[in-house]
Amino acid sequence: MNFRLVRAVLAISYLASTAAQAMKSGEDVLVTSGEIGTRGGRLVSSLRSDPKTLNPVTVVDLPSKGLIALLSADLIHINLYTQRTEAALAKSWKVSADGKRYTMELRRGISFSDGHPFDADDVLFSFKVYLDEKVHSPQRELLQVGGKPIQVRKLGPYQVAFDLPQPYAAAERIFDSVSILPRHLLEHAYEEGTISKAWSAAANPSVIAGLGPFRLKQYVPGQQIVLERNPYYWKVDLKQKRLPYLDEIAFLIVPTEDAQVIRFKAGDVDVLEKISAENYAALEPDQNSRGYRLHDLGAGFEYDFLFFNLNDLSAKQLPEIKRKQEWFRRDAFRQAVSLAIDREAIVRLVYQGRATPLWDQVTPGNKLWIDEAVPHPPRSLEKATTLLRSAGFSRQSDGTLVDSGGQPVEFTILTNSSNAQRIKIATIIQDDLGQLGMKVRVVPLEFQTIMTRVFDSLDYEASIQGLVSGDADPNPEINVWTSTGGTHVWAQNEIKPVAPWQAELDTLMQRQTAILDYKKRKQAYDRVQEIVATYDPVICMVSPNVLVGAKASLAGVKPSVMRNYLLWDAEHLFWSGKKQEERRQAVGPSSH
Amino acid sequence: MTTNKKLWFLALSLAFVHVVVVGAAFFAPYDAAEQHRDAPFAPPARLHFVDAQGKLHVRPYVCSWTNQTQGIGPARYAEDCSRTASLQFLVRNDPGGAQVGPGMTWHLFGTNGPAKIFLLGTDDYGRDQLSRLLYGGQVSLFAGLLATALSLGLGLVMGGIAGYFGFWLDDAIMRCAEVFMALPWIYLLFAVRAFLPLHVGPRQSFFLLVGVMGLTGWARPSRLVRGVILSAKERDFIRAARGFGASNAYILRRHLLPETSGVMLTQAVLLIPQCILAEVTLSFLGLGVGEPVSSWGNMLASLQKFYVLQSYWWMLIPGIALIPIFLLYNALADALLRRSKIKESSDRSNLMGERKLQEAL
Repeated sequence: MNFRLVRAVLAISYLASTAAQAMKSGEDVLVTSGEIGTRGGRLVSSLRSDPKTLNPVTVVDLPSKGLIALLSADLIHINLYTQRTEAALAKSWKVSADGKRYTMELRRGISFSDGHPFDADDVLFSFKVYLDEKVHSPQRELLQVGGKPIQVRKLGPYQVAFDLPQPYAAAERIFDSVSILPRHLLEHAYEEGTISKAWSAAANPSVIAGLGPFRLKQYVPGQQIVLERNPYYWKVDLKQKRLPYLDEIAFLIVPTEDAQVIRFKAGDVDVLEKISAENYAALEPDQNSRGYRLHDLGAGFEYDFLFFNLNDLSAKQLPEIKRKQEWFRRDAFRQAVSLAIDREAIVRLVYQGRATPLWDQVTPGNKLWIDEAVPHPPRSLEKATTLLRSAGFSRQSDGTLVDSGGQPVEFTILTNSSNAQRIKIATIIQDDLGQLGMKVRVVPLEFQTIMTRVFDSLDYEASIQGLVSGDADPNPEINVWTSTGGTHVWAQNEIKPVAPWQAELDTLMQRQTAILDYKKRKQAYDRVQEIVATYDPVICMVSPNVLVGAKASLAGVKPSVMRNYLLWDAEHLFWSGKKQEERRQAVGPSSH
Repeated sequence: MTTNKKLWFLALSLAFVHVVVVGAAFFAPYDAAEQHRDAPFAPPARLHFVDAQGKLHVRPYVCSWTNQTQGIGPARYAEDCSRTASLQFLVRNDPGGAQVGPGMTWHLFGTNGPAKIFLLGTDDYGRDQLSRLLYGGQVSLFAGLLATALSLGLGLVMGGIAGYFGFWLDDAIMRCAEVFMALPWIYLLFAVRAFLPLHVGPRQSFFLLVGVMGLTGWARPSRLVRGVILSAKERDFIRAARGFGASNAYILRRHLLPETSGVMLTQAVLLIPQCILAEVTLSFLGLGVGEPVSSWGNMLASLQKFYVLQSYWWMLIPGIALIPIFLLYNALADALLRRSKIKESSDRSNLMGERKLQEAL
């Protein structure tokens, strides 16, 4: 018999059997349109610290969130590249005419990473857990619309309905990152009231399962965490090949960015997620010789801002800060500070040009919502001086700025000691405001201490912080801009709006959540941006570019300006060229 | 070189360094906090004596640095010799300089043209490294001197009391000193600094630093002083003084404490570099004086960043400056020890000579 013919027949029958395997069980796989890759290999990434948990119910820290995104899946997913929603575990969905009911059709025949089948009961169980007040899940806050939780009902084994208390503009987006939990593994813990303690990072990998592209293989505290390919993953490529392509992803625990950069340069680590402009510059010259590629993705969703303590303080507890609030509360004072800040110098000296100056909270990375009409007044010490003079401030003969009572204007800016960029920004502002006669002290403190001062003790005068919008949509920002919001940093204890512009911010933010029309929502949010730029409740200064790096032989890389910058689409990553064989060998037989 | 000459040479060298640092406002070309934002991380200036045409210049000149990076990326400089400035001595160029007379401000050197002179380069804000080094020396060197003075003062009092009065006072003070010596000093300094208020100005911060270092460094000198006093108080002339009715205070002041001068002097020159290093360490870790005031520690702090360490060698200069200063102090301590040994042996031989003479008589 012709040997070639036998081989061809065998190959055809093998391909037919694998395709049939996906199809015969009635598996509703999702066919993705990404670049078609080759299977195998190990990718090495790094984390700044050990993950605190692998439990999606209690997760708050970033390393854990990054891992959980790879281990689990949600009903509707935001594609971080297009920033639009797309089908995930919900194959399709319908919205009722009043915009309050979402009926979802779930994928049939798919399984968790331990092989157990998935159905509507898992969805019901997951939402029951997240919405349970006793569990204290941080997700609960996100699943509230107009202050009331959403309701979930089972319509069939693969059909669920979600009832919203009121129409909600970004309703589809709230399902993103709400990981569906395996009822068969967690129901017992939930009934016993121990679900928040389940699935610690040190748990046995066999008790952890999800619907994500990878599953837990090994965790060595302080050293590394290894994920392996989920053989039951429900996505395939255009050739019906099951994703993900990579066999393993290992995360080494590397505590500082500099150490991560050095290990990346040495070739120990294959991808580098979000680095500073300085480290980008340090790595840039060796791109070709060391076989890696750096990506400057432009402005991300992060912005650095300065804010003053505008909380309602008791004169007894913090008399000194209360006295200085007389200045901070004046619009002219904050506007003068904003005018005196040299944003261009911050971009140049701190970010080496890899950043964009900002006057409001929406960064150029958010193309759908940015208001191009917001004025960008250039730095002007003259205008700042005029504003200060109109507010009753004057300069003494030695140049010191004093208020109408003759008190010198002095205050302290707190900033995060582990963030070199923010310390540099603070030092530049110190010099800028010094030119107005203000005496500014910069105190770098440990991040947690600053958070305690800003959110609990309210014992601070001013601070420089950064915020990252979790989504392109303005809805998550409601926490920042409404007076009762949880991240209303400058006036944490504000019960009702203290200024007319704050009252307008409250109304606009509430209104835009209930409008379904994009244009009308945009109008409302444009006005929010104008208020922020005009009244400076926080003085927005700069948005740094998102800078990432990956091995040149890593293919399928589609970096996003949102977290996880490179690994959000880990299922499509694969090794190309010569490196692939080396990588495949590096994994060894144990991973298969 | 004889011991005395060596001593003089070392003392004068150290005095010179301290005088230059005290006169930073005059010797530094710019203010330590002045930001030249168009020149971040500019390399050290080159002094030119011969121009492109081969013409010799008696008065050296500098070319201005031009940043070739337009927009994005780290600054990359090239000399632009179309914009030059010659070096000038005794210039008046900014109001931060030394006030020589009413309304007069002077600097030892500067430039007369558009080019600025950064002999040791600039830092990430474009601040002149030489000026920051000189002003920073005021903090680092004088924190060392003052903290040492405080440590020695405390050590002298505590050691004197323990050695002279003995009994339970001796036990209490010495056990306390042992506790201080057993504690790792750097962590002790951290702990003490952490309890202090955050909202302090540079001046208060400096004195707090000196206070903290002085209060933690008294243990070793106090033990030495106690040892000297214990041996000295049993000597005949002390007994004689006591016999003549001298008070404790008089004996301590007139006879015992002068005995400790040699030990104290040696201890001082050994402690000063340790205290300088402590200040540098604390400032390096962000616990010293805050920006924009410079100290050698906070100047070195930028080297914690990988890219600075890799790219800008001139940021290491404050660390390099510490080496000769430490060597000078250690050599001075060595010379002082030698001198005290020579003195001791000559005293002993004089004593022996006197005894022999008495025996002969």
